[in-house]
Amino acid sequence: MDIGNVIAAVVVLGVLGAVFGLVLAVASKVFEVKKDPREEEILSHLAGANCGGCGFPGCSGCAAAILAGEAPVNACAPAGAENAAAIAKIMGQEAPSGERKVAFVRCNGGTNAVKRYEYVGVKDCLSATKVAGGPLECQFGCLGFGSCVAACQFGAMSIGPNGAAVVDPDKCTDCMACAKACPRHLITEVPVSKKVHVACANQDKGKAAMSVCTHSCIGCGLCQKECKKDAIHVVNGVAVIDYDKCVGCKLCTKVCPRDAILPIATAEEKEKYKAIKKAQAEKAAAAKAAETAGAAQ
Amino acid sequence: MDTITNLLSITLGAILVNNFIFSQFLGCCPFLGVSKKVDTAVGMGIAVTFVMGLASAVCYVVDEFVLGRFGLDYMQTVAFILVIAALVQFIEMFLQKAMPSLYTALGIYLPLITTNCAVLGVVLLNVQNSYNFIESVVYGITGGLGFLLAIVLFASIRERLVFADYPKAFEGFPIALVTAGLMALAFMGFSGLKVW
Repeated sequence: MDIGNVIAAVVVLGVLGAVFGLVLAVASKVFEVKKDPREEEILSHLAGANCGGCGFPGCSGCAAAILAGEAPVNACAPAGAENAAAIAKIMGQEAPSGERKVAFVRCNGGTNAVKRYEYVGVKDCLSATKVAGGPLECQFGCLGFGSCVAACQFGAMSIGPNGAAVVDPDKCTDCMACAKACPRHLITEVPVSKKVHVACANQDKGKAAMSVCTHSCIGCGLCQKECKKDAIHVVNGVAVIDYDKCVGCKLCTKVCPRDAILPIATAEEKEKYKAIKKAQAEKAAAAKAAETAGAAQ
Repeated sequence: MDTITNLLSITLGAILVNNFIFSQFLGCCPFLGVSKKVDTAVGMGIAVTFVMGLASAVCYVVDEFVLGRFGLDYMQTVAFILVIAALVQFIEMFLQKAMPSLYTALGIYLPLITTNCAVLGVVLLNVQNSYNFIESVVYGITGGLGFLLAIVLFASIRERLVFADYPKAFEGFPIALVTAGLMALAFMGFSGLKVW
């Protein structure tokens, strides 16, 4: 075997490779397409999993969309709030206020709600509402035909055990496709860390609301009185939580006579809280009595 | 006159008689992979035609003036892989700058072709058949056109197959492979076809 052949092959192919390499290097400069440098920066702050959860083809597609203003700076849910703030800075915007939000269904009715008639038509919420205003007596109740479930691309919606739709906050990406699909506009955004929610949207007055469902908010205002943080108010006949103020103490859930606030307090918890309140009231009354007695003397 | 006859016979051979997919079984992966829709099949076919023509030209030059001169004909396969990979990269950059619309139209298919055996096959066949420069380029382009014809026909059949009623076990690739086999048999009918 001639060693010269080997050397010749190595040299020729090496030179050939080097020439191509040089040509490509030059070409990459000559034919360089000016890309917005921000796109790379944004890309570095995305999750990089190419999960497609944002609805764009991969992370680079999402970065391009954010740059073009077609997607919000926090379009990448897995990247978290920190990266969203960094992207907002790159884009020269205000950092989006804090934490991730998820969808929440403001109805807890389902089988608790009074049925007006048995609906046998197309299994679709919008179709059901067209038949005499829907099969539920409650005009604000979840119909449970799953239009939101069909709209959800992430498998985060399901029809819960009691027949009303529920959101899995772990899977929810806050795309709000479900909110658009709901003919009763029951789905809102809530911060993911908050656990106390009013699961009713019924704006009717007390008796009317009471007669259509066992779990309806009647706007009695007990929760409003009980809240120490001024975080829950009755607006348009239904309690609404101000999530900026709510600390999740769950006092409102314990005084709600209608079990309309999640997580629903058990009877035991309610009794216990009532007993504590009663003891406090007695103590206060006793102190007051002692005070007045002291003043009289 | 002779050259024209020769080129015509190369053309006919590359498109019908020795179709790259149906009788040489080169480029089967994109043939099966991107043939679910006619649109994407057309994109892939055009991209392959484009690269096969250019690769034929460049590889002819490299073979004739570099490998041939140094007596390194046995390194053809390695050298051609290098040439094709560099060429596709170069084309991609060039298109992105000069013809952005064509670049977006070809999209992902262009880099995919880097590893397409039909492209490597055509340049090796050029050497095997000792074609000259013109013949090489014509063989490359018409071979690509043959690929385009095959993949578009196949994709249109697959599009209709979606609505066909066949046993569940055949769903997806099995029925596609059966289809491809029948099409290959049909193309066998062209063997023996000759220009003059």
